[in-house]
Order: sequence, then structure tokens, then C-alpha cells
Amino acid sequence: MTAVGTGDRFGTYGGRYVPETLIPALDSLEAALADAMRDPGFVAELDNLLATYVGRPSPLSDAPRLSALVGAPVMLKREDLNHTGAHKINNTVGQALLARRMGKRRIIAETGAGQHGVATATICARFGLECVVYMGEEDMRRQALNVFRMRLMGARVIPVTSGTRTLKDATTEAIRDWVTNVTDSHYIIGSVVGPAPYPRMVREFQAVIGREARSQMLAQVGRLPATVVACVGGGSNAMGIFHPFVDDAEVELVGVEAAGEGLETDRHSASLSKGTPGVLHGSRSYLLQDEAGQVHPAHSISAGLDYPGVGPEHSFLKDSGRAMYVSITDEEALEGLVTLSRLEGIIPALETSHAIAWVVKERARWSPDEPVLICISGRGDKDVSQVSELLGDRIAK
Amino acid sequence: MLKQRDAKALIVYITAGHPDRTRSLELLRGLADAGADVIELGVPFSDPLADGPVIQASSQRALDQGMTFDGVLKLASEAAVSVPIVLFSYLNPIVAAGPTALARAAAAGIDGLLVTDLPVGGDSELEREIGESPLAFIRLVAPTTPALRMAEIAKHGSGFVYLISRLGVTGMQSKIASGLAETIDRLRSVTSLPVCVGFGINGPEQAASVARMADGVIVGSAVVRAAETSVDEAVKLVRAMRKAIDER
Repeated sequence: MTAVGTGDRFGTYGGRYVPETLIPALDSLEAALADAMRDPGFVAELDNLLATYVGRPSPLSDAPRLSALVGAPVMLKREDLNHTGAHKINNTVGQALLARRMGKRRIIAETGAGQHGVATATICARFGLECVVYMGEEDMRRQALNVFRMRLMGARVIPVTSGTRTLKDATTEAIRDWVTNVTDSHYIIGSVVGPAPYPRMVREFQAVIGREARSQMLAQVGRLPATVVACVGGGSNAMGIFHPFVDDAEVELVGVEAAGEGLETDRHSASLSKGTPGVLHGSRSYLLQDEAGQVHPAHSISAGLDYPGVGPEHSFLKDSGRAMYVSITDEEALEGLVTLSRLEGIIPALETSHAIAWVVKERARWSPDEPVLICISGRGDKDVSQVSELLGDRIAK
Repeated sequence: MLKQRDAKALIVYITAGHPDRTRSLELLRGLADAGADVIELGVPFSDPLADGPVIQASSQRALDQGMTFDGVLKLASEAAVSVPIVLFSYLNPIVAAGPTALARAAAAGIDGLLVTDLPVGGDSELEREIGESPLAFIRLVAPTTPALRMAEIAKHGSGFVYLISRLGVTGMQSKIASGLAETIDRLRSVTSLPVCVGFGINGPEQAASVARMADGVIVGSAVVRAAETSVDEAVKLVRAMRKAIDER
């Protein structure tokens, strides 16, 4: 077994549990990634795109009124200000560059909330690559605006009607496409999930969040955060902001999962809090499953967290105790969305709202001299119509 | 597990519990009588990422009716067919069945195991466990597998080598993949195990032409689809394939 971050395992998690057909493609991806990361030209092109196209570095904002509410200095890492409105673009820019380098002209992606699909369609338009996005029929309904965005940028959005018609089934369908078209296609997975090297690769492309946040904390606040908080579905924004802090033992890392209608019900997406280790979509990790090893459908108000698995490195961080995983219900997340909107003039994505809600809910833990850093993984524009249906009367008057 | 090379093998896949338990049992017996040399019995899984629409739907239907790993074993032992039965599964239901899963399978009369999402080198501990069990460990070779890796795969398998005929998921195709003969030759040069070809075989004619090249023919989706009409329909298809292979 190899150490964390090198090789294909995080403790006993991760691996490559995929059909034989994909093994050579994963080998070449691994080699291409290693080669690219050593190539100053590749790194410079990635950095340049992140700066001039995505708009990085994203700011670190203070949040005076939220800070007053919770009794701690709260700092917000503003991934919502990236081009396309979420952290997802950091990864798609990196992987699209890599695909181009490998000579793959056709890109496959899965999407839940549509943010990863939009981020993939965006970079494919920029690079002139063919783009096919699999999206659950149920999610297409919840996120109709993002479906239109993807199509506007020239992507083909394919509705997935199997299983739960959400992110899990979209991912399965994307893998089936990749098995069929592996010679000319690259699969851009949107989170730190899937077979090796995906979890490590996506973390590498998302770690820019944490690297920037760490130096911005030192520059703007004069110290590291006491606690870093991020929402976790597959876990890419969380892994991206956590990673550069993992060696700072004094920094507490907290991942917030979706408790849906409550952990005591079977309608949630809290794989780390309530799941058991199992194999799905190419890697071993915590998983919502029944005793027979059949994958249990997940539920969350936010399409982006509605996934029964989680990135294998999160499973490792949970077992090792380096990170703590908590959860927030649909109802609490909605409150979180309203709170940040009212207090700071920032409408966060429903996914992000879970992280905010937890910081507000746990205000008894915080102290005035211990800064809390929250990853604002995405903006809430995509959720506004859903939220207005849910909250309409409570907000309007 | 298979006979001489000159008698070409017909390997038939069905999903355990599809269309329902009773008909599954009838299928096992009927297919053995119709001339199947080996039966691949599919353990249904909620997320069958290597399968096309026909087998996906059959798995879901079997799960909806409560089929489990031990239910599959019970079905196999009750069928008591004279031909070998190989379990065809994804990893998760086997791992969930616990540390004695392989021993229980052997006790139920299962002869071999094939795990779609456990490639050679994917999990040495689990692979060793399966390799040391009484079950034959059938490994898969894909059209993308390089020659060096073919040898490695053959070395770690037993029973026969399952050669995936083309890129993609399971399901019937109108044409046999080009370059198949060359792939079979390459594989034969690195292993003495019988080479059996599956994925996409739609009927007797294709079965016969694959049998001219390989040691065995594996048919799945076509039989599963026929079983949706009736057990007789599936048996008839297998009998026609047997005849086509023998008269090739």
C-alpha cells in the first residue's frame, strides 16, 4: 500500500475498480499527467488560463455581519466569483489542457447540479473540443437553466433515464460512453471520485483554492484559519481547500455533507456519516448501500450533493481523524442560503449553503480570536428559481 | 472447465432472478439441455457500468424481486445442472456477502467467478483470495489490452480467458469487430488457456463465425432478451447457436 498522494490509494481507499478496457487509458492518463506537471510550459499555460480566463486568484472576503452573528472572524474564499460561477472550472481547465495534450478531441462529462457540465462545456468551447454531457433527467428538470447554458455553448446534453435519474446514474452512463469511445475520448470527471488517477488529479487541479486561501489568510488576517469548512458531495471543493492545510496540524478541517430530510431517514447523501466502505464508479470509499452491497439512492435539496459515494481521500481523512465530517439538512441549508444573502449580499449555491449553515448552527464552538474559513464553492444563481418556489412566501413580504 | 479445443464451447449468460426466480431456474436447466457448455450466472447489481440496456434492465428486474448473492447460490444449487456454472458479478455484492462468500459459492456447486470491475492488479489482496479459493478465476482481456499485459492477465486467470470482442458495454451488435482474429492469435501466443469471445454476439450466424476463430463463444444479451419473451424462446436460440457452432 502506498502513502497518501503518491500512487493510487489513500490508505485502503481509492484504487482502480474498472473494466479491463479502461486500464490502458488510465495508465496513459497517469503518465500524461505526470509528464504535464513536470513541463513548465504546461504549468505556465494552466496558470495563464486560470488568471486570464477563469479570473484567479479568487478573492478572500471578510464577512463582518456573519462574523458578528457567529462570534468569530469568518473569511470567505470566493470560488463563486470564478468564470461560470463555481470552483468546477479549475478542474475542467486542467483536464481539458491534458486532453488536448493527449490528442483527445472528444470530451465526456457527467453533471449533477450542472455546474461541472457548464464548466466542461465552457472550456470545450474555448478549445474547440466536442463535448458530451450526461445529466440525470431529474437534475435536468431541477437545473433547466444550466442545461440551456451547456447547449448554448455547443455541448450535447444527454438525459439519463436509468436508476435514480441523478448524478449517480449520469456518472455510470458517462463511464459506459468512455468504455465505448476510449480511443478518441477523454472523460473529465467533475469530482475527486472515480478510478486512480482521477481523485488525485482532480485534487491537484482544485488545490489552487487552498493554496491561494492559505496565503491570503496569512496576508489579510495575519494567521492561518483555526477551522476550514467546506461542503462535501463527491468532495472536490473540500479536497481543494483542505489539501494545502493538511500538514498544518493546528488547522481543523470540517466537511459538511447533505443530511437531506434527516440522517434518521433514508433520504440523505451523508456517505461519510452514515455509509460503509464499498466500491462504486471505480474506487473504494464510503458508500450509501444496503447489506447486499446494492447502492442506495441518495437525496439532497442540492443536485450537486445528491451522490451516494464520496471521494476516497475524504474516507481516508475521516478514518485517520484528520478531518471531521458533519451534516446539514435541506431545511437548514435553505436557512444558510438566506443568512448569507441577507448578511453579506452573497447568494450562495445550495451546496455551499450547507457549509454556511453548519458554521451558523455551531456558533457556540467559535471564539473571537479564531478565524473560520468557509469555501464559497459556487454562487446561487442556478438555484434561485428552485429556492423561490420553496421559500417564496417566507421571503417576499 | 472446458473440453478439447476442437469442440468449440458455447457459454451462455443469464441474469439470476430474471425474468423471475421460477423462470430463471427453468432457464438454467433448459440452457444446459440445449447445449450450453458453461453457464454464466449474473449476480444482479444496482450500477452495472459495463452492461448495456438489456442486461441493465434484467439486473434491475431481478433486484426488484429481491435477488441477493445467497439467492443466486440457492438458485444454482437447486438447478443442479451438469454443466459448470460461473458467477458473473461486480465486486461490491461479493464483498458485501462477507468473508465466506467464496466458500459458500463453492459449496453451492459454483465452479468459477468472473468480476467485471476487478482487473488484474486492481486489488492484490482480493485477487489472491479468489485465486486461492476452489473457484476458477476467469479474467478478461479487452481490445485495448497491450500484449505484455495480456500475458500478465492470462497468468493470473484460470478456466478460460474471456476476450471482450470490442470496445463498449454488453449488447448485441450487427457486425463482428474487425481485427478479432489477430487479437485471438496474439492472446493464444501468450496463454494455453482456452480463449472465449464475448460482447455483442447477436445470433447463430455470428456465433459460428466467432467459433471458427476462438475456442468458445459467449452469448449474453441476446439470450436475456429472448428470455423476456419466454424460456422456450431462449432455449430455442441457444439450441440454434449450438447447431450453428457445431456445423460451422
